Amino acid sequence: MRIGIPRETKQGETLVAATPATAAMLVKLGYEVVVEAGAGAHADQPDTGYSIPGVTVADAATVWASDVVAKVNAPSDDEIAMLRPGAIFISMMAPGRSPELVEKLRAAGVTALALDAVPRISRAQALDVLSSMANVAGYRAVVEAAHAFGRQFTGQVTAAGKVPPARVFVVGAGVAGLAAIGAAGSMGAIVRAFDVRPEVAEQVKSMGAEFVFVDMEQEVSKDGYAKEMTAEQVAATAAMYDAEARAADIVITTALIPGRPAPTLLTAETVAAMRPGSVIVDMAAANGGNVVGTVAGEKVSTSNQVTIIGYTDLASRLAGQTSQLYGTNVVNLFKLLTPGKDGVVVLDFEDVVQRGMTVAKDGELLWPPPPVQVSAAPAAAQSAPVVKEPPKPKNPKVAMYRAAVGAVLFGLMAAYSPSQLLGHFTVFALAIFVGYYVISNVAHALHTPLMAETNAISGIILVGGLLQIGRTNDVVTALAVVAVLVASINIFGGFLVTLRMLEMFRKD
Amino acid sequence: MNDFLASEQLAGVIQAAYIIAGVLFIFALAGLSKHETAKRGNLFGMAGMGLALVATIVLVAKNSTGAGQRPLAVTLALIVVAMAIGGAIGAWRARTVEMTGMPELVAMLHSFVGVAAVLVGYNSYLEPGLENTGSLASIHSAEVFLGVFIGAVTFTGSIVAYLKLSAKMKSSPLVLPQRHKLNAAILLVSAVLLVWFMGNHESSAIIPLLIMTALALFLGFHLVAAIGGGDMPVVVSMLNSYSGWAAAAAGFMLNNDLLIITGSLVGASGAILSYIMCKAMNRSFFSVIAGGFGSDGAVSGEVKDYGDHRETTAAEVAEMLSNAHSVVITPGYGMAVAQAQYPVAEMTAKLRARGVNVRFGIHPVAGRLPGHMNVLLAEAKVPYDIVLEMDEINEDFPETDVVLVIGANDTVNPAAYDDPSSPIAGMPVLEVWKAHEVVIFKRSMATGYAGVQNPLFFKDNSMMLFGDAKERVDDIVRALG
Repeated sequence: MRIGIPRETKQGETLVAATPATAAMLVKLGYEVVVEAGAGAHADQPDTGYSIPGVTVADAATVWASDVVAKVNAPSDDEIAMLRPGAIFISMMAPGRSPELVEKLRAAGVTALALDAVPRISRAQALDVLSSMANVAGYRAVVEAAHAFGRQFTGQVTAAGKVPPARVFVVGAGVAGLAAIGAAGSMGAIVRAFDVRPEVAEQVKSMGAEFVFVDMEQEVSKDGYAKEMTAEQVAATAAMYDAEARAADIVITTALIPGRPAPTLLTAETVAAMRPGSVIVDMAAANGGNVVGTVAGEKVSTSNQVTIIGYTDLASRLAGQTSQLYGTNVVNLFKLLTPGKDGVVVLDFEDVVQRGMTVAKDGELLWPPPPVQVSAAPAAAQSAPVVKEPPKPKNPKVAMYRAAVGAVLFGLMAAYSPSQLLGHFTVFALAIFVGYYVISNVAHALHTPLMAETNAISGIILVGGLLQIGRTNDVVTALAVVAVLVASINIFGGFLVTLRMLEMFRKD
Repeated sequence: MNDFLASEQLAGVIQAAYIIAGVLFIFALAGLSKHETAKRGNLFGMAGMGLALVATIVLVAKNSTGAGQRPLAVTLALIVVAMAIGGAIGAWRARTVEMTGMPELVAMLHSFVGVAAVLVGYNSYLEPGLENTGSLASIHSAEVFLGVFIGAVTFTGSIVAYLKLSAKMKSSPLVLPQRHKLNAAILLVSAVLLVWFMGNHESSAIIPLLIMTALALFLGFHLVAAIGGGDMPVVVSMLNSYSGWAAAAAGFMLNNDLLIITGSLVGASGAILSYIMCKAMNRSFFSVIAGGFGSDGAVSGEVKDYGDHRETTAAEVAEMLSNAHSVVITPGYGMAVAQAQYPVAEMTAKLRARGVNVRFGIHPVAGRLPGHMNVLLAEAKVPYDIVLEMDEINEDFPETDVVLVIGANDTVNPAAYDDPSSPIAGMPVLEVWKAHEVVIFKRSMATGYAGVQNPLFFKDNSMMLFGDAKERVDDIVRALG
């Protein structure tokens, strides 16, 4: 089958759905790839770069007539008209927020896969373009903020005075938020972060930021996305947002709720109370913004010199990298769709990932898909919970009685044993305990040499053979010679190999 | 000369030598529990053995004056020849063995102790030495019987362990129907034979001894054959323990305290080692000593869909490593098989030269012998102070940038924690998945020794680097330049 990679027509879009590297991987899966002339121009991927076997550069009409078309942005009406009925169309299309687009795709009779509707389950991560793009966008948000901010991020003590580190407050610890935390932290800023999902506090800490707790009930997310908060939660957090924002130099907001406008986190009063020179990056600008005063796609200044950045193309500002990541996500999707690696797409609706991202097929509307649970598969939850019996506390008395009974029995046995045996038994019992205490704190790394050593020592059985070798009984002598021989192998082999191993251990 | 040999004092001197030798052996084992004292410990062991042999040869000379003995010259000649041949073979094996082949060598050596114990036991039956009568004779019979039994089990058990470790025998567990009952039946029949043997001092007494030997040989074979290759570290140390008990039993039958001391030392130390490892694998100690463990829960063949794995390339890994601050390498048996320890050491040296903090995390049962990985890394000159145990390294994984899993599988399987139905559930494992990135070196997507699929491979922060571990690490070393 042929995969078409068209040029993005959206104003200002710099991305492309396949770089030469990812196109080559698509060819490996058995596909023929057609790239529209100039498709990669803004992502530093000139047409000449696509001159690899199996990939051709062609005009728009050829590309859109392909069996499969993969692009970045949702298609325009003209583009939908160019698609063949029955073709497969893949892009981001925000199906939850654009029912007209979904309807148009259905009417066109194409199979439409929304790359931004991948279920948030672990194995689908490989094709989750939202994660890829959010990761880049989070990094870029910090770079944009640093650019607009009139100071350095890192604190220094210099001959010209002390420079305090910048304080960065990140709202939302999704992929973008975590990426922003990491980038800001590595530039030397003090980073604090908040998320309505308390379970991500650990992830926040792992990135080196401090998690801001609010004294309220926080819900554990079921589908991996944050939910819009209830009224009282909003009231409880509003005060916190206000306090944190006033204290911060940089605020980066990433709060999104799928299929709904972004929640407002910073009010006009809060923004007005921030220090002059502070910077806010509103990463939710495209969905209405988290901050009052955000203008989508613009950088604006308030009357008190606070810069609010509402760029909606943060990921596209690192076009080469984002295209590569996006392209790899597309390749991973095709790996899933091409079980035979033969260049034939097989759509399997039993697979929640494939079902979840398909919005239309053969004129049938398939959106929204049945819900997918992220945490704990339902099957596992249904199986009877494994009840582990707590180990019974040992009754010390029982142990004492047992020891007493054992001692009495041993005493009785000893009373009827010859003294010679008892003497041996004393040695035996004491040696066992010596062995136990000598060995119990052996360094783990020395297990092998220790084993070789004990092996050599157990060659002491040689003594038995030596004592028997002198008997006049020929059978006994023969057996004893063999015993001495094999035991000698043990002794010499064991000691020498231990020596060899110990020679190798060294300290730096 | 004869006066000297016959003197009363000589017997005392020999006894003193034996006691000193026993003390030296204790020093040897104690020394080997720390790196700093390990070499000295080995020297103590050699000294103890030398002293014991000299004392024994003097004792042999002393005995040669008694009745029923060959001339001293003949006896000494036989001893020298036998020891020279055995010593030469042992020294040759010790010099030539590959460090990756260490488990096989140790298993093979255990079998020698086993066979020697059997032979000494038979000899002791044929020539009881002291005039034993009444209860003493019965006790001696019991000692012979036990010595031969333990020796025979050790012998065939070690042979099977050797064959499995050197891949000359299939490493999957041999599961006979009713095998636990079969083992119990062998023990029961042996007990009956013991009673028969103890009560019978005629020449026909050799019949129960022979039957028991055959049964014990089968039991040793069956016990170890029923254990999967992945559990071999425990098996090897268990056999080590058995070989010690065999020597101790020989000491009882020969009335030789040195044998008893040494045998119990080895027996106890082997048992402790097994116990440490059992704890590491979350198995019950008793079930290991009794053998036939590790295969009860037939490996769950349940196929779960864990989704897709991500592949990566050596160049990408090299890039990732050079940008990392902290790297942990968790090797497994695969590293030994691929002989990858040298390139791994080279890679480690290069990264450390660049200021990357590289450490090794060793699972207690990594490899096929306790401490196997440490020996291989030491061979490749990796300093031992960056080679850490599981408990030391586990809490550092969240702060680790990159983890390289080289040829390990079950020891890094998160299913041990997450999946109560997994055969390895509850086993402590290296928590590599908590690191930022995990690169898994693997030949294919096949399962590990436990036959369990590893969800680690499908985690978001995991990447697979397929191919021979040595070649891949070499590629990385080249890419690092």
